[in-house]
Amino acid sequence: MVGEITIKDVHKKFPNTDPSKEDIVALNGFSLDIKPGSFVSLIGPSGCGKSTLLRIIGGLDKATSGELFIDGKEIRKPGSDRGFAFQGSNLFPWLTVEKNIAFGLKARHIYKEQKASVQEFIKLVGLEGFEKSFPHQLSGGMQQRASLARALVGHPSVLLLDEPLGALDAFTRMNLQDEIIDIWKKHNMTMVMVTHDVDEAIYMSDQVVVMSARPSKVEAIIDIDLPRPRARAQDTFQEYRSKILNVLNLGGKVDEVEYYL
Amino acid sequence: MRKKLFAVLKLLLPFIAIAISFLLYYLVPDNGKQKKTEHPYYLYFLIALGIVILLEILIGLFVPNIRKRILHKAPFLTGVIVSLALLNYVTTKTTILPTLYFPSLDRILGLLVESRVFLIKNVGDSLKLLATGFAWGAAVGFLTGLALGYFKVVGYWLNPITKIIGPIPTTAWIPLALSVFPTTHAANVFLIAFAVWFPVTLMTSSGIQSISNVNFEVSRTLGASTLYQIVHVAIPAAMPSIFLGVFYGTVSSFATLMAVEMNGNSSGIGWYISWQKSVMLYDGVYSGLIIIALICSLSLTLLFKVRDRVLTWQKGVIKW
Repeated sequence: MVGEITIKDVHKKFPNTDPSKEDIVALNGFSLDIKPGSFVSLIGPSGCGKSTLLRIIGGLDKATSGELFIDGKEIRKPGSDRGFAFQGSNLFPWLTVEKNIAFGLKARHIYKEQKASVQEFIKLVGLEGFEKSFPHQLSGGMQQRASLARALVGHPSVLLLDEPLGALDAFTRMNLQDEIIDIWKKHNMTMVMVTHDVDEAIYMSDQVVVMSARPSKVEAIIDIDLPRPRARAQDTFQEYRSKILNVLNLGGKVDEVEYYL
Repeated sequence: MRKKLFAVLKLLLPFIAIAISFLLYYLVPDNGKQKKTEHPYYLYFLIALGIVILLEILIGLFVPNIRKRILHKAPFLTGVIVSLALLNYVTTKTTILPTLYFPSLDRILGLLVESRVFLIKNVGDSLKLLATGFAWGAAVGFLTGLALGYFKVVGYWLNPITKIIGPIPTTAWIPLALSVFPTTHAANVFLIAFAVWFPVTLMTSSGIQSISNVNFEVSRTLGASTLYQIVHVAIPAAMPSIFLGVFYGTVSSFATLMAVEMNGNSSGIGWYISWQKSVMLYDGVYSGLIIIALICSLSLTLLFKVRDRVLTWQKGVIKW
């Protein structure tokens, strides 16, 4: 099975906008192994470097030091093994839904051979009949679906999701969570998702990586041992919730938790 | 019922106005100062207009869209006919305005008809010059703008130059261009191209620079090369801005066309106007202006038609 991600001691510094001050440390020695086919969420307060990490895995940013591998291959730039779903849908407004989804295939010059997968993914995300629509004619949820299809159409082994559902209303959001889980199961792929939403992380992930704000580090890695399909209104759900909130120091006063790393 | 009556009255208005125009034309004695034309061209024009309106009304009986349009336009057309009648009254029946500078409508329209061959030749010359200059200016402007907007190094070296040379009014280049270029025609093409070049460059480059970076990141994660990114992300995303640049360029190309044709040229509609003025034939000046108005307005209409085609994904930025 493919889609294994190895992150070894990754540091990332950004130059401060005020040059007299020290560089901003976004990641300070981050290591993590992501098993092929697993669903991992990165959660933490703003500025904890979770999006930075995702962008480095995606090849959009370079680590200051440290190593990253995907299936043993070093990550240097974006590649067809990784799909990236951005915050908000970010569809190209000048292209129809169909052409947005086909963009990656055309850019990689494999459109002729894989034409059929455009229709396949349009169907998968339930956008049949909207092929010729422009993004501004779609609802927020439909735009996000199209954007997912666009990231998936090249059959990547890893899908990186940067708060993909942040801009949606609660109901659309829950529906799309289920749809993403379905896609994940159907395609046996690895998914790494950045989110602000604790419930979303628990509901969707095998593993939740809790990160702290600067200087950023991994506070806890919590395995979610809940059977799938999961129910949002479960007692154990609540346990995980308080665990994570405690790690983030948002749980209110409780006894010292024992799973700090 | 009442609404229907109102609509019929509305549609009758232009014809009433035409009838009044005819009465004024024949019943009020002329001031005798305007040169008589062979035919009453002004009346021919009114008849032609009347026929067009009548046809639209007849078609409108069956086609609801046309009916709506003619109902909407009828009062405006009446206004036009009344204004023309007033103008004709003042110029031919009274002596309020100097006859030399204000020829009768018969003379202006008559000139358009009688000198049509000569006028068409000059319009052709003007259009050819305009098109050549425009094509050069738009193409070079687009490429410079693209380079300036997309490649930071090019921007670093060329932006200051563009910012200093670009805003110089085109007319200020006329003396230099006429002496540097081997032929007047080449100088003219250059001047018009220059007028188009600057706004197109500016708007292309600023259009590309204002593209949100996430568009480029998305395309990178989808495997786009730099060239693919330029063609399939940068250019389409900047297209609304590029069109704005082409629009400004088109407007300033008209101004430049007139300026160069009126300066040391011997053909073209701008030359025609200044020649007619120099021999004190103001009916020619007015005919020239009418032709220019038509050319400029049609060019812009065409431009906006193209824009609506290309930018279907975006709803109108400028109304035309």
